[in-house]
Amino acid sequence: MGKLKTQSLQKRDSDLANSNRQLEILSNGIFADGELPTFKDKISETNQFPLKAKKLEILQINVGYMCNQVCEHCHVDAGPDRKEIMTRDTMQQILDVIKTTGAHTLDLTGGAPEMNPHFRWFVEEASKVGVKDFIVRSNLTIIRANKKYYDLPDFFKKHNIHVVSSMPHWTRGKTDKQRGEGVFDMSIKALQELNERGYGMPGSDLKLDLVYNPNGAYLPGDQATMEKDFKKALLEDFNIQFHNLFAITNLPIARFLDYLIASENYEDYMHALVDAYNPAAVENVMCTNTLSVSWDGYLFDCDFNQMLALPVNSKSKHISDYKEELLEGRNIVISQHCYGCTAGAGSSCQGVVA
Amino acid sequence: MSKTYYDPADLRKFGKISEWNQELGDKFFDYYGKVFEEGTLTAREKSLIALAVAHTEQCPYCIDAYTKDGLQRGITKEEMMEALHVGAAIKSGATLVHGVQMMNKVNKLEM
Ligand code: SF4
Ligand code: SF4
Repeated sequence: MGKLKTQSLQKRDSDLANSNRQLEILSNGIFADGELPTFKDKISETNQFPLKAKKLEILQINVGYMCNQVCEHCHVDAGPDRKEIMTRDTMQQILDVIKTTGAHTLDLTGGAPEMNPHFRWFVEEASKVGVKDFIVRSNLTIIRANKKYYDLPDFFKKHNIHVVSSMPHWTRGKTDKQRGEGVFDMSIKALQELNERGYGMPGSDLKLDLVYNPNGAYLPGDQATMEKDFKKALLEDFNIQFHNLFAITNLPIARFLDYLIASENYEDYMHALVDAYNPAAVENVMCTNTLSVSWDGYLFDCDFNQMLALPVNSKSKHISDYKEELLEGRNIVISQHCYGCTAGAGSSCQGVVA
Repeated sequence: MSKTYYDPADLRKFGKISEWNQELGDKFFDYYGKVFEEGTLTAREKSLIALAVAHTEQCPYCIDAYTKDGLQRGITKEEMMEALHVGAAIKSGATLVHGVQMMNKVNKLEM
């Protein structure tokens, strides 16, 4: 493993910052010469092509690609150098949509969503609308990154936010290797603070879930077993509690794709994903009930397609022009990265799906 | 024919051994799968045993497979290395304990 990168692919002027280049890689080589079937061919075997969107349940908003971390596996290619930030106008358009949609979950992601200057205003306004489940994907370290964020646990509690946080391992070594030096200690401190407010405690309504994704070219293990191991270790070592663990597969795009290629793991990883293909997971892939909105208001089937600049296949393409009746039943735009959602028990922002 | 005895890509083809004897191949893979299921020992413990044995058997396929399996289960590299030392200790112990046989033989043959 090389030393940790401190800049996004975009800032480094990497070839892979270009989404077309990523899509090319995902379509050429082993998928062009027939060594592995394309995702389209694979789901056609079980008559699951085209994948279609069902009723919208989750609206996932990416409020910007800026982040205080530069994790090696990041599919967003986020970092402090990214300047794409959602404006208040776009947020207002989203609020208008939330009022009319039947989606029960609002899911804020980034980057570090808290770094958007309008984040708190948006949370306050959106919580007035009253969605059932209001998620903020917080990377934990942001809570300890700067004094101005120290009160985030109280802010989350005030608005009954469901906090979902990434934690690659229960040991310092593995965590810091993926996410940067010092990340483990800061994350532990942030988790303890959330626990102090009642987050993640048994029976508490203040939901605190953790996201685990592997730190390397391998698939996540069984979610229930990992959850047990995480719970035991975090409780014994740090007296930390949380509710659920979501095991998420790394999709071969952006920085993770860059890592796979640089470490010569790309082909093996794609083989592993295809070998673990599970048709039962296809039924419930995230894009069937989720819609992703980018920082500039465009609509995508999922956050991954957003990063690959693959817009929704619908006449309704932007939040200002949101029409649920046009979006429902749309054909999902797919490529070989989709194998990441259908391996083993499947993978989504809510963990396994099958 | 390949120019080396071992090719990492061959590991993926392991299942193909059944093609030349379906019945025994199936029986083996059924058995193999069953062995590694959660039982009195956890699947995690079994993975570490497999990793240690993979090394004492010096099978490069098994080493690759169970190193990856361990990572997938969240097993740390410290745990993996400790398991290897168990394998190594038994290997060297097994060598050295035969020293008793050597000593017996020497004692018997020498006047
Ligand atoms: S993985 Fe999350 S915390 Fe890490 S750089 Fe990407 S957005 Fe930031
Ligand atoms: S990557 Fe996106 S479009 Fe592809 S299966 Fe997963 S959620 Fe659906």
